Amino acid sequence: MARSHHIGRRDFIKLVTAAVGSFIAAGIGIPAIGYLIHPALKTGQGKEAWIPLGPLENFEIGKPTLVNFTRTRVNGWERTSNSYGVYVVRTSADEVVVFSNVCTHLGCRVNWKEEIGAYVCPCHDAEFAADGSIVRGPQPRPLDRYEGEALRIQDGIVEILFTEG
Amino acid sequence: MWKKFYAWLDERLGLNDLYKATLDRPEPKGNWWNTLGSASLFLFLLQGVTGIFLTVYYTPSPDHAYDSIQYIMNEVAFGWLIRGIHHWGATLMVLVVFIHMLRVFVTASYKYPRELTWIIGVGLLLLTLGMGFTGYLLPWNQRAYWATTVGTEIAGAVPFIGGFITRALRGGEDLSALTLSRFFSAHIWMLPALLAGLIGVHIYLIVKHGESAFPDRED
Ligand code: FES
Repeated sequence: MARSHHIGRRDFIKLVTAAVGSFIAAGIGIPAIGYLIHPALKTGQGKEAWIPLGPLENFEIGKPTLVNFTRTRVNGWERTSNSYGVYVVRTSADEVVVFSNVCTHLGCRVNWKEEIGAYVCPCHDAEFAADGSIVRGPQPRPLDRYEGEALRIQDGIVEILFTEG
Repeated sequence: MWKKFYAWLDERLGLNDLYKATLDRPEPKGNWWNTLGSASLFLFLLQGVTGIFLTVYYTPSPDHAYDSIQYIMNEVAFGWLIRGIHHWGATLMVLVVFIHMLRVFVTASYKYPRELTWIIGVGLLLLTLGMGFTGYLLPWNQRAYWATTVGTEIAGAVPFIGGFITRALRGGEDLSALTLSRFFSAHIWMLPALLAGLIGVHIYLIVKHGESAFPDRED
């Protein structure tokens, strides 16, 4: 009997129970897990937009100027607006450099301090020179800048390509 | 391996005795009407689980209650399923609990020594209705809002203390954010805690007394 190719009644019942059981478990488990992890599956990263920062001629040459802008984002049922800031530095009549004001250490916002001619981070005292390079502090790299593909001057307006996320 | 593990557990927890007392206990010959209690229990657990899942996204504030439910229904994976089960399960539970009560009444199963089981059962029915009443407001749509306005207004018809009851239910004169949050609290904490406790006693009594035999011609 045990050698027979035919599956015994007990084994058959076991098999069917296991099959039906896993089917039901999957039927409950997949919706349950999908429901819980759903928001984690959307990163919303990589959304790009050109942000106008203002006419070039309004920026004083050599003086970093903070420009703020907000982006709204829909999280679930709520719209959140996040504000961002960049420092625009006009280097000559038709050239401009744009720095992100996010500290490269742990993400606080740096401020331009005219007295010492440096960007200072309030969190752990990182200091960046006017050209974004490191003066002192715990930060691993200079300030991030918008340049090349991510920076353009269109009809006299400075614009940056802002990537979300 | 498993047998040994089970034997170890059994020795300490008395699983076998528990099993005999609860699931393997002798039963009088019954029929499908006797399964309504178990069905109610199952629905209670189902409502509990789907309810817990709903709280992952639901927000009990007037600004967000409606939107959060729209989000559950339209955006979250299987949100429609979980909310659907909770929604229809609620209706079904009221129905099943009520028919369960009718059956106990018709078969006269509430008599000695089961009066207490019956009294607690009445409490369970009322709590189930309370769950339905408090849960109905939570979607914060027009229907929910006005149903609760009417429901709390009805409570106000009680002589002398009616006005107070209405204010206590609403958390003030009007239906407001306070009403929504206290209904939410009642719906997910207070009433379920009471329900679970009383269900425990109810089941204990059933296990203790065994189920009643249906009355026959002699009775
Ligand atoms: S975050 Fe700026 S110094 Fe640490």
